[in-house]
Amino acid sequence: MKTVSLTIDGKEIKAPGGESVLWAALDSSIYIPHLCARHDNSAPDASCRLCWVEIEGRLKPVTACTETVAEGMVVNTRGAAALRLARTALELLLASNVVDCANCARSGACELQKIAAHLKVKLKTRRFKKILRNLEVDSSSPLFIYDPNKCVLCGQCIRVCRQRLGIGALGFAHRGFNRRMTTFGDEPIGQSECQNCGDCVAACPTGALCFKAAAAKL
Amino acid sequence: MATTKEKTKITEQTRRILSRFSRKRGNLIPTLQKVQEELGYLPREAMLEVARFLDIPEIDVYGVVTFYNQFRLNPPGKHSIRVCLGTACHMKGGYITLDAWKRRLSIDRGQTTTDREFDLDTVACVGCCVMAPVTVVDDKPAGQVEPTKVDGILLSFERERKKRGKKKR
Repeated sequence: MKTVSLTIDGKEIKAPGGESVLWAALDSSIYIPHLCARHDNSAPDASCRLCWVEIEGRLKPVTACTETVAEGMVVNTRGAAALRLARTALELLLASNVVDCANCARSGACELQKIAAHLKVKLKTRRFKKILRNLEVDSSSPLFIYDPNKCVLCGQCIRVCRQRLGIGALGFAHRGFNRRMTTFGDEPIGQSECQNCGDCVAACPTGALCFKAAAAKL
Repeated sequence: MATTKEKTKITEQTRRILSRFSRKRGNLIPTLQKVQEELGYLPREAMLEVARFLDIPEIDVYGVVTFYNQFRLNPPGKHSIRVCLGTACHMKGGYITLDAWKRRLSIDRGQTTTDREFDLDTVACVGCCVMAPVTVVDDKPAGQVEPTKVDGILLSFERERKKRGKKKR
């Protein structure tokens, strides 16, 4: 496809036509917070609501993952309105997350920590009342531990599970606040059709899925 | 827990129902509705069969079933108890009524008692808020259902059952 040139944060960049603003920025080392985005041609989930940017000529901020690059487009990832939306989305995620970094194997490599630092939001933010999900931790897999209380519902694990296994052991179930990544019938992962490839653990941006070996080192 | 015989029966029944549908993913909800219409609920085996038929992950069927209120995972009881948690009933203590039902029947919402007499669930307003807190018992709304009235309703069912038992003899 034809290459288009656009400006992001004052930096002239080139991106293949049809690419989303999010990946055009990330590929040019301009960071935009994101959790649910994937780098392929499939339609974006646009469910994490973190990748807000402002585009010149547009009245309101837009999500960078759903916006296609255009010739001469001027994007600002640091606009006040966009950052306010992203911060609120992050603070809402943190309000139902255990945020137990001291006892978490993912600490240091956690996307939530990275995004919080980028948006200058404290991980222990008190803007919204803390309401925890209090779901049972699943350690039935011989390879990894699944703590749904640390899950941000990005769907990355579900995606790789389907790509790898073809059929997919993981998926979303239930509704609203009870929505969670789970298996058929909410069975322990160890009893599902999971084949312990560990790809989901590698794809998880938070500490929801952690290798047992990593957790044991704590 | 269903026995192996019951399980195979459910699988066969589901297969028969599915034979009327084409294998399109878009048929997921219509097939589930039809299966529930005939079986009264969606047993595990039926969901597995639907997943196999449409060639989609089992979890996707489970996800849809748990998302929509119209689908039930437990067999319906002889009597249905629907506790209203709409705004007015909420203000009048609908949750206290729900807790009373849960305690008396020893089940959670969305479940059925082991003797299959009652199933318990919630609704979000039945349109007769003056009677709050409302519980819909077998499609008939009962008003001012506070925990004492819960006991009263259960007692009347118990009496009815005894009467029926005597007549049979």
